[in-house]
Amino acid sequence: MLKIRNLEAGYGKLRVLKRISMHVDPGEIVTIIGANGAGKTTLLQTITGLVKIGSGEIVFKEKNLQKVSPEKIVASGCSLVPEGRQVFSTMTVEENLILGGYVLAKKGEGGIDQEIKRMYELFPVLKEREKQLAGTLSGGEQQMLAMGRALMAKPSLIMMDEPSTGLAPLIVKSIFQVILRLREEGNTVLLVEQNAKAALGIADRGYVLETGKIILQGAAEDLLRNRDVQRAYLGRESD
Amino acid sequence: MYWEENRECMSREDLEQLQLERLQSTIYRVATHVPFYRRRFKEINLDPDGFRLLTELSSLPFTFKDDLRQNYPYGLFAVPLRDVVRIHSSSGTTGMATVVGYTRNDIKTWSNLVARVLTAAGVTKDDVIQIAFGYGLFTGGFGLHYGAERIGASVIPISSGNTKRQIQIMQDFKTTALVCTPSYALMIADTMLDMGVNINALSLRWGLFGAEPWSEAMRTEINNKLNITATDNYGLSEVMGPGVAGECLECKGLHINEDHFLVEIINPSTLQPVQPGEVGELVITTLTKEAFPVIRYRTRDLTRLITEPCACGRTNYRMTRILGRTDDMLIIKGVNVFPTQIENVLFEIEGTEPHYRIVVERENHQDKATVLVEVIESIFFDEMKKQRQLVDTIKKKLASELGVSVDVKLVEEKTLERFEGKGQRVIDKREL
Repeated sequence: MLKIRNLEAGYGKLRVLKRISMHVDPGEIVTIIGANGAGKTTLLQTITGLVKIGSGEIVFKEKNLQKVSPEKIVASGCSLVPEGRQVFSTMTVEENLILGGYVLAKKGEGGIDQEIKRMYELFPVLKEREKQLAGTLSGGEQQMLAMGRALMAKPSLIMMDEPSTGLAPLIVKSIFQVILRLREEGNTVLLVEQNAKAALGIADRGYVLETGKIILQGAAEDLLRNRDVQRAYLGRESD
Repeated sequence: MYWEENRECMSREDLEQLQLERLQSTIYRVATHVPFYRRRFKEINLDPDGFRLLTELSSLPFTFKDDLRQNYPYGLFAVPLRDVVRIHSSSGTTGMATVVGYTRNDIKTWSNLVARVLTAAGVTKDDVIQIAFGYGLFTGGFGLHYGAERIGASVIPISSGNTKRQIQIMQDFKTTALVCTPSYALMIADTMLDMGVNINALSLRWGLFGAEPWSEAMRTEINNKLNITATDNYGLSEVMGPGVAGECLECKGLHINEDHFLVEIINPSTLQPVQPGEVGELVITTLTKEAFPVIRYRTRDLTRLITEPCACGRTNYRMTRILGRTDDMLIIKGVNVFPTQIENVLFEIEGTEPHYRIVVERENHQDKATVLVEVIESIFFDEMKKQRQLVDTIKKKLASELGVSVDVKLVEEKTLERFEGKGQRVIDKREL
């Protein structure tokens, strides 16, 4: 689905991503964990074309993304749920979802109503808030709306940037339940998280990003057991 | 039957992506956690973060058996000892042993890879598997054991030796799969014949043999005598143990677990990669080992890579059975023996000359090694008692140095042929 080899990218002269090699296979939840400033968000922005590829390559569904515009990347089936939700707060829940389906409408595929119905099934709370302005939703509800909005484009890969940020543990749990359900329905998820324990808990595989480099990778359960990961990211000084 | 189809049958492109990711993090980890590698990389000005392509592998330095010895016991471990849950040692001798360690994840990976090898060789959870490899520091016994348990087979951890008991248990427990060295399998077969055991009444179907070189002729003999399907498998403790590669039921080469081991075949003289398909020395880089990663380990084993697709559907490349060694190491009864070790022992014993020959034969499918030693004239004219004493002393010292017993014969001065330059001191009469 997604293959990244030796990716370097940054802002101006600042090289944030120094060497990233990773991949996501269809039907997987892959997580990227790392501390603040490790380059997680930059990585997602580079995949979506918002940050230019310095060197190396990103291949999405057999297509090299070098010099492909963000709109085209989204249209090709790669959606991002940005950090901090960023829903359109002065629009209603429904309008937010319709906007998410813009790509479908543009392709003339239609079926937007049906997709909205599907989102309401996935996130019943959004149905209850259908006509409410997005800005009035709680943090958790906004997160669900942001996910719903991204899913409206029927992406083959859905990328999430720190969905747990600023949310109460119980809400985080329900968000992660939804991510698991997305996989059950055959979706592919790339999940970027600071909450390493929660992310590795639901992911199939994981990558550890440190100062712009992938330093560890492997099955999520192996990473959970890895002492380096435990010490650095799970806040456990074992033994 | 596959154990991990998505890995064993993955496309070359996906495999190479995975190999690159794993190699990059392995290089990072050894450069960060193992002073030996950090030093090596620095010596050649290698930036561990600069590694971009699998084909750049040849820019990395080799690791030799001697590096392992010099860092005895824990010098090359990449994790603190408290993260290590198992320690094994190579079948070398006390003075030359090498030590390897495993984290919990390593044991899991190891079990999984052995499970692949077992599955490829026909074993399933319905099998009763008799593991007649030695249990202990040697990786063979435990390696196969954990893999067999992983599959869910019924494991009989009988360990090596006591052939009659092996046969008794094989009959009583209805063993369906036998794991041991190929020569021991033949010995079991012959002992059965002596005991009058009806081979056709046995439940035995599969044989997984390794830990020493063998041949197609031996395979045919084992298959016929035991009425089983025998497969070859390969591994070495320095990179993990068994589970590195194993044959499928096509029996045309050993599938290498390439998602965990990056292999190269090099010309041992020029150190350059051989032409595809040519015979050369196998060099292995581990891709997932946590406790004991190795970079470009020189195995000294000669083989050839088979890149053509296999009828079994696995896409992993295969290697031929081991065709020989690049050094003069001998494997006697599964123990690694170097002629230099024998030389060192003789050097310390008064009355012997530094001229010797090692003759290795196979009697009743068991290795038998005899060391012929030249002794000074006076000893030959001495009384028999003194000669016998000398033989005993040499035998004892050799046994303790080598870890395997050998016969000793004294010969008169100047009776052994002299060589100019590097001599051929080993006469291997074993017909594999």
